[in-house]
Amino acid sequence: MSRYFTDEHEWIDVAGDIATVGITDYAQEQLGDIVFVELPAEGTTFEKGDDAAVVESVKAASDVYAPISGEVVESNSALEDEPALVNSDAEEDGWFFKLRIADASELEGLMNEAAYKKFVASL
Amino acid sequence: MSGIDDVTHLEEELPLQELPLDAWHRARGARMVGFAGYHMPIQYEGIMAEHTWTREHAGLFDVSHMGQIAFSDESDGKAVDEALEHLLPSDIKGLKPFRQRYSMLLDEEGGILDDLMVSRPGDGAFDGAAIYMVVNGATKYDDMGWMIEHLPDEVVMNHMDEQALLALQGPEAGEALAALIPETADLVFMQSGAFNWRGVPLWISRSGYTGEDGFEISVPAADVTLLADALCDLPQVKPIGLGARDSLRLEAGLPLYGHDLTPAVSTIGADLGFAIQKRRREEGGFIGHARVMKELADGPGSKRVGLKIEGRLPAREGAQIYAGGAQVGEVTSGGFAPSVGAPIAMGWVSLPHSAEGTALEIEVRGRRIAATVAPMPFVPHRYRRKA
Repeated sequence: MSRYFTDEHEWIDVAGDIATVGITDYAQEQLGDIVFVELPAEGTTFEKGDDAAVVESVKAASDVYAPISGEVVESNSALEDEPALVNSDAEEDGWFFKLRIADASELEGLMNEAAYKKFVASL
Repeated sequence: MSGIDDVTHLEEELPLQELPLDAWHRARGARMVGFAGYHMPIQYEGIMAEHTWTREHAGLFDVSHMGQIAFSDESDGKAVDEALEHLLPSDIKGLKPFRQRYSMLLDEEGGILDDLMVSRPGDGAFDGAAIYMVVNGATKYDDMGWMIEHLPDEVVMNHMDEQALLALQGPEAGEALAALIPETADLVFMQSGAFNWRGVPLWISRSGYTGEDGFEISVPAADVTLLADALCDLPQVKPIGLGARDSLRLEAGLPLYGHDLTPAVSTIGADLGFAIQKRRREEGGFIGHARVMKELADGPGSKRVGLKIEGRLPAREGAQIYAGGAQVGEVTSGGFAPSVGAPIAMGWVSLPHSAEGTALEIEVRGRRIAATVAPMPFVPHRYRRKA
């Protein structure tokens, strides 16, 4: 399994043709206390860059974009009861949704962990 | 994702100025944002933790961006009182020394230009000024422009930008401040006084904007770092950012100027009629009086109300409020309320839909969520009143 990162502070784990998507630890830290996560319904299809989810922190609502194109096969129902999971475990249990990847070539331009770390350090 | 950059650009106007405590905030790990023309701390350890700390202990807020204004004259305050009764709908002449009062500036149409606090100093504080006023930071220059236009020559208005302002709020604020200045223990809600701390002159009122007991402390900017350090060295006190200030005041049902109050809305609709005492209603003689009298007689077109929201999805400023198919209002403040454990909102709805218990819907991202008009405050006030 390989993990990719976007400059919109999302991470993507790819296993076969399924991509698991979440926001990075840096993103949750910036957003602060998360009180609600609105997730896409199973079967929804996204083009890369579409609005896919919304994270509500105490202060503001923020959109999460689909980092690649695909069809939603599962959303993380644990976030409905415990949105703060995104704060406590953003890059594992706090995942948002899983996509069936429509076009694997879209992964090519994304960052690996080292490149993302460098990107965050430059902000 | 969006929002990461947005959060740091809230209400930003360039170039931002620095508050006297700027370096102090940064040294304590604050995340700074642009607000009301200043770099200000939005949070230190996190909005939720800071909110809860203030409700349980005592939080220190830097509100030095607010405008502190002194009014004086050569006639023992008579000219000041006369002039301010023209500018403000509140009873100024009847304001006793050391007492404070909530009021507002109204335009000719009765729209709200700002909300503010007025108090009558005593013991020669502020160089013997007749009235001390605190206005909102984002509006202070407009306020002063408006007031200059309407003040007679004999009244001198002094913008005291060499003064910083701290708010100490929370159930342990009283014991915390008394540890530094024992005499402050005698103050009650909306009472103020001149105090001396290690040779520093302080003007302290027992008031605030969180719904909790607490104080607002006017201190010379040159001494504010020392005082902030001394307060935060106390076990009850932590510094609190703007984020928690907003969630605390929303739970307390207190309107925020520029959001819940604007020139488009009126005092009576805003449910702030308590700021206009009986004599002023009857006699008038203040800018905006006609609107006040008309709305007292006929009712306002719309009202500021509290809204309880079903579920966990917050409704925020700008969300439209519906009764069936008809849009009947708009949310002006909203968010998750840490002490309530649910989202709450404040908004304006047309009069027929403003009664407590009215079931309404709010549109959030194309979806309707259920809301009910609710009494405010959402969290009971715990002011220290006279026994």
